[in-house]
Amino acid sequence: MSGVRKAFGSNVVLDGVDFTVNRGECVVLIGASGSGKSTLLRCANLLETVDDGVITFEGEDITDPRVNGDEVRSRMGLVFQSYNLFPHLTVLGNVTLALRKVHGVAAAEAEQRGLAMLDRVGLAEKARARPDDLSGGQQQRVAIARALVTNPRLMLLDEVTSALDPELVGEVLDLLSDLKSEGVTMVLNTHEMGFARDVADTVCFLHDGVIHESGTPAQVIGDPQQERTRAFLSRIRA
Amino acid sequence: MRPAVTDWQPSAIQLERESYRRRQAARSTAIAAASTALVLGVVGVLVVSSPGWERVHETYFDWDKAVDSFPAVLAGLWMNVKIMVVSAIAIVVVSLTIAVMRTTRGPIAFPLRLLGTVYVDVFRGLPLLLVIFLLGFGGPALDLSGLPRSALFWGCASLVLSYSAYVAEVFRAGIESVHQSQRLAGRALGLTYAQTLRHVVLPQAWRRVLPALMNDLVSLQKDSGLIAVLGTVIDAIRAAQIETAKDFNYTPYVVAGFLFICLTVPMARLTDWYARKQGFAGAGSLM
Repeated sequence: MSGVRKAFGSNVVLDGVDFTVNRGECVVLIGASGSGKSTLLRCANLLETVDDGVITFEGEDITDPRVNGDEVRSRMGLVFQSYNLFPHLTVLGNVTLALRKVHGVAAAEAEQRGLAMLDRVGLAEKARARPDDLSGGQQQRVAIARALVTNPRLMLLDEVTSALDPELVGEVLDLLSDLKSEGVTMVLNTHEMGFARDVADTVCFLHDGVIHESGTPAQVIGDPQQERTRAFLSRIRA
Repeated sequence: MRPAVTDWQPSAIQLERESYRRRQAARSTAIAAASTALVLGVVGVLVVSSPGWERVHETYFDWDKAVDSFPAVLAGLWMNVKIMVVSAIAIVVVSLTIAVMRTTRGPIAFPLRLLGTVYVDVFRGLPLLLVIFLLGFGGPALDLSGLPRSALFWGCASLVLSYSAYVAEVFRAGIESVHQSQRLAGRALGLTYAQTLRHVVLPQAWRRVLPALMNDLVSLQKDSGLIAVLGTVIDAIRAAQIETAKDFNYTPYVVAGFLFICLTVPMARLTDWYARKQGFAGAGSLM
């Protein structure tokens, strides 16, 4: 991703963002609310059109208007802060929708892979339940399963624990740690500094649409060089 | 957020993207325009080249007859507009009452709910034309003191009764779409049931169903012409009928149809505009 810029009207949200994610790496974006973290993930998923700059995914410039955005999205997974599960489908229906309709997997095989993935996130017994009958943590695990079941090359996770009760945050973060150790490539933004420290290969601090500081967790969180980063971290810890 | 950085210049790659998007947009527009013209052209040629076109042209599209009948039909249309406006106001009042009755809770309100349900079931089940016949001729015959005996009054009453059943269901859907937590929040502030309804639930419900209501209003504009069957109300359709009876040339009906479209098209665009304003992106957009 290089020189990415995005403005909504006169409001410049991303002002020339550059960073790289390598296969199997986990990049954690940190920064205050409104610093552009969510917009960055949406741009990467082509849900927002960038105003300038280039995003390269598996060697292809996906910001080129000739690129089929649906096809690009089918190779990525995005998990939202508020789960965004489809309430009219069962848990299994949510997980298998993209397999069946986007990837053309036969219903029986899709069901099998869906159940395996639900088992993977510890929710096999909830397959026939409706999303509304689950706790927030369970719903978010279903959402992660839904994104993961198509074997995306990149997972984007947008504040996936921010809407959860504190005692439910752990189950989702544990799942993400497992994914990281299995080699899933991830970009996520979070306010959970302890988690960022544990799983991130690279931490990027975003402020006013620019990455002010990036490096290993030990550098950025443990020993921040920039005044703004220090101010942000002290506010979070207070 | 900081204000816009004014010195930003798009990069060469971005300029190339933008010009590509512009070319794509121009191409799409050209294809759409060409295909529209083609379809209309084919339909036009088919109609005009049909064997009976000469006779149809004479009886339905006689320019002199159209000019002759225009003032009478237009005067009739004014009657339609008046019927529509008066009925629409009454419909909102009646249907809102029914909708509120149907959404009340608790065993005490059971008779209200029953009454509302029966009303909706009956008047939604009856064809509008039948209601107009029954009330339009039967209503005056009742000779109720205090109520006018005119066909106009009873015709409007038929429209109001019939449409209120439909519109009440739209309102009910709107009221029920407002989440229960909104009612709880209202009651938690100490508002009564009625106050919660008035200040919290209905304003939200109203906003959600307005596009659907406008749709019903357009429909009402046209159905106001059905009162013509009562014979004594001279609306646009009845006026066209009278003009046609003079020489059995059907052009006045075409004139009436044209005028009705002129009346409903602005309403339809207004509905689309409002729906878009409410955030239904792309709703009814022509482009």
